[in-house]
Amino acid sequence: MFNVVLALMPAFAVSLYYFGFGALIVTLLAVGSCVIFEYLIQKYILKVTPTITDGSAIVTGLLLAFNVPSNLPWYIVVFGSLFAIGVAKMSFGGLGNNPFNPALAARVFMLISFPVQMTSWPLPVASRLQYIDAVTGPTPLAILKEGLKNGETISQMSDKIPTHMQMFMGLMGGSLGEIAAFALLIGFAWLLFTKVITWHIPVSIFTTIFVFTGILWLINPEKNADPIFHLLTGGVMIGAIFMATDYVTSPMNKAGMWIFGIGIGLLTVIIRVWGSYPEGVSFAILIMNAFVPLLNRYVKPKRFGEEVKKNG
Amino acid sequence: MNMLKTFSKGGVHPSENKISANRSIEILPLPQKVSIPVSQHIGAPATILVAKGDKVKVGQIIAQSAGFVSANIHSSVSGTVESIDAVLDSSGYKRQTITITVEGDEWESSIDRTTDLKKDIQLTSQDIIKRINEAGIVGLGGATFPSHVKLSVPSGKKADVLIINGVECEPYLTSDHRLMLEKGHELMVGIQILMKALNVSKALIGIENNKPDAINYLKIIAGEYKGIEVHALKVKYPQGGEKQLIKALVNREVPSGGLPIDIGTVVHNVGTAFAVYEAVQKNKPLFERVVTVTGKILPRTANYMVRIGTSVSDLIAAAGGLPEDTGKVVNGGPMMGKALVNTDVPVTKGTSGIIVFQSKESKRKTESVCIRCAKCVSICPMGLEPYLLNKLGQQMIFDRMEQENVLDCMECGSCSFECPAHLPLLDYIRLGKAEVSKIIRSRKN
Repeated sequence: MFNVVLALMPAFAVSLYYFGFGALIVTLLAVGSCVIFEYLIQKYILKVTPTITDGSAIVTGLLLAFNVPSNLPWYIVVFGSLFAIGVAKMSFGGLGNNPFNPALAARVFMLISFPVQMTSWPLPVASRLQYIDAVTGPTPLAILKEGLKNGETISQMSDKIPTHMQMFMGLMGGSLGEIAAFALLIGFAWLLFTKVITWHIPVSIFTTIFVFTGILWLINPEKNADPIFHLLTGGVMIGAIFMATDYVTSPMNKAGMWIFGIGIGLLTVIIRVWGSYPEGVSFAILIMNAFVPLLNRYVKPKRFGEEVKKNG
Repeated sequence: MNMLKTFSKGGVHPSENKISANRSIEILPLPQKVSIPVSQHIGAPATILVAKGDKVKVGQIIAQSAGFVSANIHSSVSGTVESIDAVLDSSGYKRQTITITVEGDEWESSIDRTTDLKKDIQLTSQDIIKRINEAGIVGLGGATFPSHVKLSVPSGKKADVLIINGVECEPYLTSDHRLMLEKGHELMVGIQILMKALNVSKALIGIENNKPDAINYLKIIAGEYKGIEVHALKVKYPQGGEKQLIKALVNREVPSGGLPIDIGTVVHNVGTAFAVYEAVQKNKPLFERVVTVTGKILPRTANYMVRIGTSVSDLIAAAGGLPEDTGKVVNGGPMMGKALVNTDVPVTKGTSGIIVFQSKESKRKTESVCIRCAKCVSICPMGLEPYLLNKLGQQMIFDRMEQENVLDCMECGSCSFECPAHLPLLDYIRLGKAEVSKIIRSRKN
């Protein structure tokens, strides 16, 4: 777990640089309340030995904070943490038993319950010294969705959308930990290097999104954003690297991981392009989480000597 | 970089700990008495041929094979049969055991006790198999499967290559390593005998690359013997698993539920090949073997040539006795071996090593919950799902375990070794295997 915490540190550093004070408050609140809720629930409600030292509540807290705006009012952060730990994790039996990623489940719960606060995105750097009264602006995906709805073409919107390089560096509106692709990719490299995760799920998600949006873009580049834009925006990086790879809620074998990743990629693009929300990674991961037990049951690893038996 | 051969699916790399690797084979002094169980092999226990008070010689048959899958048992000492009784052995079960008080060292006169190398193979294929059967040879790698059974190829099947297992992938164990270094020529002749028995022209010896001296030596002398090749293999556990070794050397997969002969291969351990040499060329039955006695806390580690039936406590005494801080004594390697309840149990044909662990090394780590990290799935060399089998075993859902192919598990222990939550995955899988086998047997009846 602590390797995951370490892998999230570059993204945390970037969020402090861009969002400053707000990012710090939201992160500390989320991590602190996740850990405290886990302790209280285990000790006083479930009456079991608290397991906060395993680090899983810290990871949930970090991921939760990274998936919300840096000006989110403190009570929503605490409420979201309670949902993540109390409902999404503990009510299913705690670590190892939850069908949905707790941080993502909480994020979607908060998005539905507090739509205004959850979608007012502070602008990086401009809002560094503010917490609640930060200067806000739309995310690139929201600009795109709104523009297309009003009949604008991509080239007409080009001056309103950050460049690929700006997006890669995280210079755009968005949740505090999801914006800087480069920082998340450093974390990805660390997770691969320490063998915490394998490349299968993230790469299958990236590839699917790239290919699917690439086809749409080739068909009509004025109505569809390019594939790199899709990869760099709306939490694809943090979702694919840190949320979809959650051990507990992802398949147990390589073939299942491929199907899981491709499913997330397809759903993400479908929701983004045809759905009513500008972004779709969170929903896509949660929907595919629901299929994991089915994948584990019916998609089996290739057994040694299996094929020979069939042919023989 | 030199690409070494290996198997493709799964595998782990435990610390090698081959601390007794440069200790030459020593002959353990004769014990005062030996206890020889009549069931030292897979299959039916042998039928006892001696009675209390009988005088026996070294190499005399004392229990006769009771069926095709069974093996003869010979006395490893000369002396008087003191008792025949059910005695605890290393498996933890009581088995019929012949206890002999040692008096002198008188060998059967038919055994050639010289150390000359006898290269000429005079017997025919059938006679070789007969001699191996008479000599009570079983697989010395630890599985103790009667060797003549593997050599009797069923009609309609044909072997085209003999595979010799010199991998010794279990950490700590060095008995095969020493045998390859010290009895290379005998081993080669033994392999030629096996080739003749099987009527194959090719034999491949697989050795893990952590034994470069054995690889180089055998490569040099292999030139003097026709059709024998030596291959260095990557150090990866369980490279010495029969199916993994075949995959590594000839890239064929033994079908699930099948045998190596189904794909034209037969595998024998180097220890077995040496025993075959002695049986066929020297007329010597299998009544002694090399046993590694090792452990980080032992004053001296060793590879002993031991008479079957010698007690484990005698072996440990020779290595300086059990240290104060002993936590566990394991029969076999640390991955697949089993802890002994008691060291007053005999060395049998399947005893490749005795390892003494310090109490802090032998404590089980505290279990935490399964977080479904899937490490056990990715390292399982048989492509099984240990987390699932463990869970089904705990819940005693044996029909599901059968569907999930629990019987393909070879109990290599990689899953328990790798589990970050320290779950003893193999324990419930073993239980499930036993139950599923029972269910299948009852279905046949």
